[in-house]
Amino acid sequence: MSSTTPTAHTTTAATPLVIPTSAAMTWLMGTTALAMIVYYFIGVEQGATAIFNGAQVHEFVHDARHFLGFPCH
Amino acid sequence: MEKKLIFSGLLAGAVGGLTAWIFALLFAEPLIDRAIAYEDGRAAAQEALDRAAGFAIPAEEGGDVVSRGIQSTLGLGVGLFAFGLAMGALFAVTYAVCLGRTGQIRARPLALLVAAAGFVTVSLIPFIKYPANPPAASNDETVGDRASLFLLTLVIGVLVAVIATAVGQQLKLRLGTWNAALIAGAGFVAVIAIALLILPPLGHLDANVAATGAEHNTETPRALRDPDGTIVFPGFPADVLAEFRVYSVAAQALLWAVIGLVFAPLADRLLRSGQRPGVAPPQRETVGI
Repeated sequence: MSSTTPTAHTTTAATPLVIPTSAAMTWLMGTTALAMIVYYFIGVEQGATAIFNGAQVHEFVHDARHFLGFPCH
Repeated sequence: MEKKLIFSGLLAGAVGGLTAWIFALLFAEPLIDRAIAYEDGRAAAQEALDRAAGFAIPAEEGGDVVSRGIQSTLGLGVGLFAFGLAMGALFAVTYAVCLGRTGQIRARPLALLVAAAGFVTVSLIPFIKYPANPPAASNDETVGDRASLFLLTLVIGVLVAVIATAVGQQLKLRLGTWNAALIAGAGFVAVIAIALLILPPLGHLDANVAATGAEHNTETPRALRDPDGTIVFPGFPADVLAEFRVYSVAAQALLWAVIGLVFAPLADRLLRSGQRPGVAPPQRETVGI
């Protein structure tokens, strides 16, 4: 980036462009699904329901789970 | 464009998660230690009561699967960081869908609005009805019910927010942006309030009514009494509970605020470059920093 690039922002920008959800669907849906899986493992796994046996996941993220408000013991 | 937005969301979520981690190390961990101390003290008092009554004392379970030292540092950090990434990703998807479909809102203000919506729907609404609890402040046997109710409040919040946004966009054509936003916002609050009133308090769950013999409002542990009714161990300390909850909701407000504030300039730059590929920048009105 050139040092002469102005850093101030225009106040006359047009409306932001729209992302066609049909074309972007793979990325949007894939990202949503992955995020929900992460959410599940942080908040619920080996608590109310379990995919894996044991308590390692629950115990490892125990403090974060409590602090984020997820139901725990 | 959507890939770059998602990457920006992940970056914002990572920064937000790390911020929440530092916040939690400072404010949550001392309270979790006090809650665990209460848990240990209560367990000892319960054991003494059981012994006096002639019950068999179950053998001590094996040590922690993960040590407290790991839980309170690395585990806490990984949990909050991963949660931040997940929320950053969902934030970016929501932002991408809202772009250009929610009126003339510019890139940066839209980032803050989507972050505010994320905080309200994912963090605040579940918290209002089923607030965060430190360890030892819940009934183990109700964890399934509590998880279902918690996630239900979240799903209701997200659905009603989506509907309110769509309705607001329709009303805007007739009533103007200000009035449409007020009406859609009021409708959102009203529907959420009714839903939260209808959902059962945790104390009304069957397992809690059976355990306490009454429909209390919450399942927070009450004082432990001996057979004569004398209190031998106090109820869960109110200060620990109150402070933990304040810090919990504050940490999530912090997380969402950081996501919005980090994402806003990234999206602004992305959209600017996307709009005018290889074209000279428009006339700028220099307003300083």
